[in-house]
Amino acid sequence: MTGTAMEGLVGRGNADGARLFKEWFSELEQAADDDRGAAYVFVMGSLAELLRCFDFPVVFPEINSLQTAVRHVAHDYLNEAEDYGYSPDICGYVKADVATQLRGGTHPMGRIPRPGLAVYTNACNTYIKWAEIWERMYDCPIVTIDVPGSRAAGLKPGPGHPDFENDRAYVLAQLKELIPLLEEKSGVKFDIDLLREKLGYANTAASGWKRVLELNRAKPSVFNALTDGTIYLGVSNCLRGTPEGARYFDDLVEEMEYKAKEGIGTLTEELYRLIFVGVPCYPIFRRFGELFTEWGGTFVNSTYLWFASGGANEGHQYDLDRPLESLAEGLLLGVRDAMDSMFFQTDPLLEMYESFGADGVVYHPIKSCRTVSTGLADNRRAVMDRADVPSLFIESDMMDRRVVSEAQLKNRIDAFFEGLASRRHKAAAGTTQG
Amino acid sequence: MMERSLIPELQGGSLEDLLWSARELLEDDSFPTVARWREGGGKVVGHFQVYFPEEIAHAAGALPFRMRGAPVEPLQSDSRFGSYLCSILKTSLEVALTGRVELDLFVTHPICDAARNLAGIFGRNFDYPCQILYLPQNANSAHAPTYLRGEYDRLKRTVEEATGAMVTDEGLRGSIAVYNRNRALLRELYAMKRDTPWLVSADEAYVLMALGGMMRREDHNVVLETALDLLRGREVPRPDRIRVVYEGGFCEQPPLDLIRAVARSCYVVDDDLLIGMRWILGDVPEAGDPLLNLATAYLEDSSYSPVQHDNRKPKEKMLLKRIRESGADAAIVTAAKMCEPGLEEQVAYTRALDEAKVPYFVSEFEENMTSFDHLEIQLETFVENLMFD
Repeated sequence: MTGTAMEGLVGRGNADGARLFKEWFSELEQAADDDRGAAYVFVMGSLAELLRCFDFPVVFPEINSLQTAVRHVAHDYLNEAEDYGYSPDICGYVKADVATQLRGGTHPMGRIPRPGLAVYTNACNTYIKWAEIWERMYDCPIVTIDVPGSRAAGLKPGPGHPDFENDRAYVLAQLKELIPLLEEKSGVKFDIDLLREKLGYANTAASGWKRVLELNRAKPSVFNALTDGTIYLGVSNCLRGTPEGARYFDDLVEEMEYKAKEGIGTLTEELYRLIFVGVPCYPIFRRFGELFTEWGGTFVNSTYLWFASGGANEGHQYDLDRPLESLAEGLLLGVRDAMDSMFFQTDPLLEMYESFGADGVVYHPIKSCRTVSTGLADNRRAVMDRADVPSLFIESDMMDRRVVSEAQLKNRIDAFFEGLASRRHKAAAGTTQG
Repeated sequence: MMERSLIPELQGGSLEDLLWSARELLEDDSFPTVARWREGGGKVVGHFQVYFPEEIAHAAGALPFRMRGAPVEPLQSDSRFGSYLCSILKTSLEVALTGRVELDLFVTHPICDAARNLAGIFGRNFDYPCQILYLPQNANSAHAPTYLRGEYDRLKRTVEEATGAMVTDEGLRGSIAVYNRNRALLRELYAMKRDTPWLVSADEAYVLMALGGMMRREDHNVVLETALDLLRGREVPRPDRIRVVYEGGFCEQPPLDLIRAVARSCYVVDDDLLIGMRWILGDVPEAGDPLLNLATAYLEDSSYSPVQHDNRKPKEKMLLKRIRESGADAAIVTAAKMCEPGLEEQVAYTRALDEAKVPYFVSEFEENMTSFDHLEIQLETFVENLMFD
């Protein structure tokens, strides 16, 4: 590739990601037009590799819901669900989806097909309650694939340990029980070679995702984990187990390696490298990012890119010689890692802070999501006890603009950066004096 | 037998004395039964709501302590949590942070997105083991009992390590027998609520049941046996009241005064208050593999709650069944503030009740609420509408 062609790489991941995303929604619209029942799944343990073997359109309601917020129409959807009876105090993603269903799938990105079945893990308890809503609305089968997580911080037995083997046997048994239902609902017979092929694509994407995250250790960082990262994350989830998804991550690695090698950063003049903990503020997504980039702050990594990829950040590689067993093991390890990123994050966060050369940690708990948010205040205390880490704690929401106050956020964020600047000046003065 | 030195308040005297003492004990936020147990050198296994196989801790000679929140201000714990969370999380941590209860092991469950965070939060604040017990969330998998047997075995090893006592099969069978007796007595208490509700009010029954979460069950069995005998002989008027099912108390508990306010207007003939104590419906077999027996009973012979999905037990149909089997005229459908599973289930419950044409009263509560006047007036209006309809 010539120098000019290589320069054309920069920004390709974002452009391709947006294109693939639109194409994926178009496919869903076609499925809705054809009245095909879709497989409804969630990002943490989607099992898209398996479901695609049965030719199901795969719908990610979390992504549909966050898109309503990004496109500034979430409040209409939330209001409709609240009028239906849902409390203002439950997950906004659920309510946006309820309204989407009440509207016959009408959504700003196109029409969403109805659920033919739902397959989901227990990585978030709300997944289960959410699926029960579809069960009641559509009388469709819903299946929880129960994936036990770590029992305590650092308690992660590996293969061969009786506790791990107990969990693995349980997950494998559930997958084996699921397959006949998928055959029945799709009319497609299970083909293990097709699963092998899909797992191969997932392997490529997972190793690419891991590599991309690692490459952001570069200075300057090669992408903003809050904004660019969310695009990559969307592709990682929506196109999991597809050749397009695999190719996308091959290309993305190429782009990021090039940027790292050439010292090309993001659009932000990188003054502060930050870690993001929580879920982005989608109702003011662009502005939320600007509140940091205006100060020269860029996010070099986030726990969001870990847990919301279902643990794909680990780059787990399926053993294609034993596809189903390996899928069970990969699901167990991936979902366990995703849950650890939310519940037991102190050690990984400190490691992330050090290895990415970060200057601060931004905690963003949100009203809508107790899974992610419940322990963040305590986690912050623990991190600050263990290390000298500047941190910011700001609350808002991922969906509900009624609990997003841009002015308050800005005040807190500005003060945080002033503190970082002061800290840097003091450190520099100390060095000079020393 | 109940040792006089541990629970002296509940021994001897009249029914009224017993009920008064039971209530005082339950509402004492210094948890004297737990403190005395520890002073005697006993170990304490704290477990969060909803269900925990207490037999395993009991067989290790420990006191299983049900962490159900407390009527305390979350002065220290508040800074450990974000906003928008239910109260029981904060007060459960508060009683531990303030030393009101001292534990040797803490166990939470993946009942909801907030509760599963407690293992991490407790673990960052205390040196004793703090874990999640992964009760199966795919109750319909044929492999679930086998998995749960393995998970109980893991818990058994954890309990042994925390208490320093071995848990033998024989010990487990003994504990299962104690708990079977306890479950039978609770069934008797609930049968009394259902069949002769004038003999025991909702708040009295609640107090008698809830005590079991803070004392050894052989002691609780004595309390229940004594109370049931006294209640059977009670001579009280039989006022005509609406019969209701109270739903929404599976995790965070409504204040006792709220239950009393409800009892002033209605006969609460069934409910889901502290449903974990009545989760297993029948006797767990004492012969055979005790861990597998406990696991099987959890899955196959159990009640329902908003925090368990089981294709065989659609919650709204289970509520209608509870109403039907208890002969209730109406339902009180509540949810704790900020309790996602409870609030979500309210929608399904009320729609099902509408369809079945069962009158219902909807409200939210918080364990620390102190004013019930407004709620009581609303409830009285609801009841009057039913009685004079």
